[in-house]
Amino acid sequence: MPTTIAFLNGVDPWIFSFSFVTVAATIWMGFRSAKTSKTASDFFVAGRSVSVGWNASAISGEYLSAASFMGVAGMVMSSGYDALWYPVCYACGYLFLLLFIAGPLRRFGAYTIPDFAEGRYDSPVFRKIAVCFVLFIGFFYTMPQMKGAGTVLAYIFPGMPYWGGVVLVGVVITLNVALGGMKGITLVQAFQYWIKLFAITVPVFVLMAVFGLYNGHVSANTPAGAPAGLERKALVEKAPKDDKWVAPFGPLTTKAVNAAAAALPAEERPAYLAEHQKPYSLLYTYSLIIALVCGTAGLPHILVRFYTNPDGVAAKRTTMWVMILIGVFYVFPPVFGVIGRNLMPELYTGLAGIKGTDQVVLKLPTLLSEKYGVLGSILSGITCAGAFAAFMSTFSGLLVSMTGALAHDVYGRMLRPGANQAERLVAFKFAAVLIGGVAIALGCFVEPLEINFMVGQAFAIAAASYFPLLFMSVWWRGMTMKGAATGMLSGGLCALVAAALTNFSTLALDKGPMGKVFAGFAPLNAFWAQHPLLRILCEQPAIWTVPLSIGLMVVVSKATAASVPGDIRMKMLVLHAPEDLGLKQEYIQEHQGGTGH
Amino acid sequence: MPTPTPHDDRVHSEEFLHTLMRRQLKLSIACAASFLLALLGLPLLNYFAPALMATRVFGFTLSWLVLGVLFFPAVWSISWYFIRRSIALEDDEVKSVKR
Repeated sequence: MPTTIAFLNGVDPWIFSFSFVTVAATIWMGFRSAKTSKTASDFFVAGRSVSVGWNASAISGEYLSAASFMGVAGMVMSSGYDALWYPVCYACGYLFLLLFIAGPLRRFGAYTIPDFAEGRYDSPVFRKIAVCFVLFIGFFYTMPQMKGAGTVLAYIFPGMPYWGGVVLVGVVITLNVALGGMKGITLVQAFQYWIKLFAITVPVFVLMAVFGLYNGHVSANTPAGAPAGLERKALVEKAPKDDKWVAPFGPLTTKAVNAAAAALPAEERPAYLAEHQKPYSLLYTYSLIIALVCGTAGLPHILVRFYTNPDGVAAKRTTMWVMILIGVFYVFPPVFGVIGRNLMPELYTGLAGIKGTDQVVLKLPTLLSEKYGVLGSILSGITCAGAFAAFMSTFSGLLVSMTGALAHDVYGRMLRPGANQAERLVAFKFAAVLIGGVAIALGCFVEPLEINFMVGQAFAIAAASYFPLLFMSVWWRGMTMKGAATGMLSGGLCALVAAALTNFSTLALDKGPMGKVFAGFAPLNAFWAQHPLLRILCEQPAIWTVPLSIGLMVVVSKATAASVPGDIRMKMLVLHAPEDLGLKQEYIQEHQGGTGH
Repeated sequence: MPTPTPHDDRVHSEEFLHTLMRRQLKLSIACAASFLLALLGLPLLNYFAPALMATRVFGFTLSWLVLGVLFFPAVWSISWYFIRRSIALEDDEVKSVKR
């Protein structure tokens, strides 16, 4: 068939046109709203006037990244049940944000998290520490988005180099942010949430109508077998076995113990596995849950959005709607993973570019082409458009929060506190271009790294640094700056070092150029094989770094109790009293041009 | 700066702040506890009652159905309850001061 050959050799017209429309609509909306963004407050916090519906869609649009859109489906396909914790915790982490942080944080009325850090402790030094963490977590989180952009473009345009996609998408979003700021991207991100929801649900429903329902496909992996009428392809060698895949404590959480067992003599293996496999796997699961739930409540680019709410009640309502919007979305990616396992097992063998199973969202709809011709291409085009929306919206959100940190905290507060409105706007645009450029450059280097590897690191660092900081600052009056800084720095750095060690040792096994760069870490793998418990604690450090961070905050604050801010009662009142009492005072006020209280 | 109101004494008293924070925190902790019970209890059930969790329900295993589908509405209902109670608490506080 000539169309099939065209699809193999060149660009599929449907996939191209859907992706193109998404990008064009993004640029158009950004330019349109750029005209209405005038003041500094518009740029940093969208004039603090975003309604609950818009804001909830925008936060959801920003949060659902390339890792959620493509990575979750791929991970469910490769690891089975254990990977379900990712979508569930990504969505449910918002409950912690809602219960403990959302309302009070908004009432404080800052522009950025470093503003909050400084205002709560009257300490400019602390602002600097907080800024570093915003940039740190931000860059870690932009790299996987860039990787997503590069690989999806390489899928759409066979032959396009990886860096071409990174540069193209990076430049488009940087322009959008530089021109429209926060107000500009609010509209775009809200729109992109609905694209993503549409792009994940429609193909799922069509696939289920043609190939059988979600529950039937799960059932095919249990001893009961597939229901009548549901056909399944034979699994390949590399795929995990059915019983391991469908049950808890499968390949994802038992990797370290299995590696340790493989290093033992064959006769000792069964006894070793029986003793250690499940307990260590449970530990891994708990640590993963803590990292994802606490990390969600500590991501700076999400937190900054809460300042765009008009008041604390709106901030709480927004969070609830975000949980609903995100939860609805996250039911669907695992369906792709399950159907992909049964119908496209060849993805397990893996290919260059996107890690084999990560392509399942983009590729699965093409199965329909055999029966229904062009429908498969149309649906594959729709999921590609969704993937575009995913990394574009997350990248623009990260860019705004990092640009805010640089332009507002570094320029507006540290370098030139007296800068006027116009100078601050120029600084915002300049910072956006600078950070966009750095992000593009970093993105070009991370092709050999996995999307989930980088996202996981960002969550682990946020869970051990920002989450304890915000939680304790809001609810405990006795916190001092020294306590907060000690806890945040030690927790965050421990999480970073632990995660980096595991990943360097994994990269040392890589057969490509990265393997040579990290060859020095190869002996670490022998160490892990002897100490699987240490490996789990390094791979998923949240179970000890979060308590460490909170513990240090309490101990050091008690030791330096004399330096609790003098007006702590007023600060606490502002954080917790309802707005109707007239206590609210925006920490950053528009007419003062950002010189603070 | 906020304009001073006749209720300032009441609002700025130590007691008011204490009650305010305690009531909100109690609500938050109650909601968090029910969430954590489900979140941390599920791995325990998987660990100690694998046969039960592998029971087939509509083709899913019980464990898969709970985590992959039912968890989301459960969390929505917790958050819905929290928002209602939290806003009611705030209204109550405002009334008690302005009375």
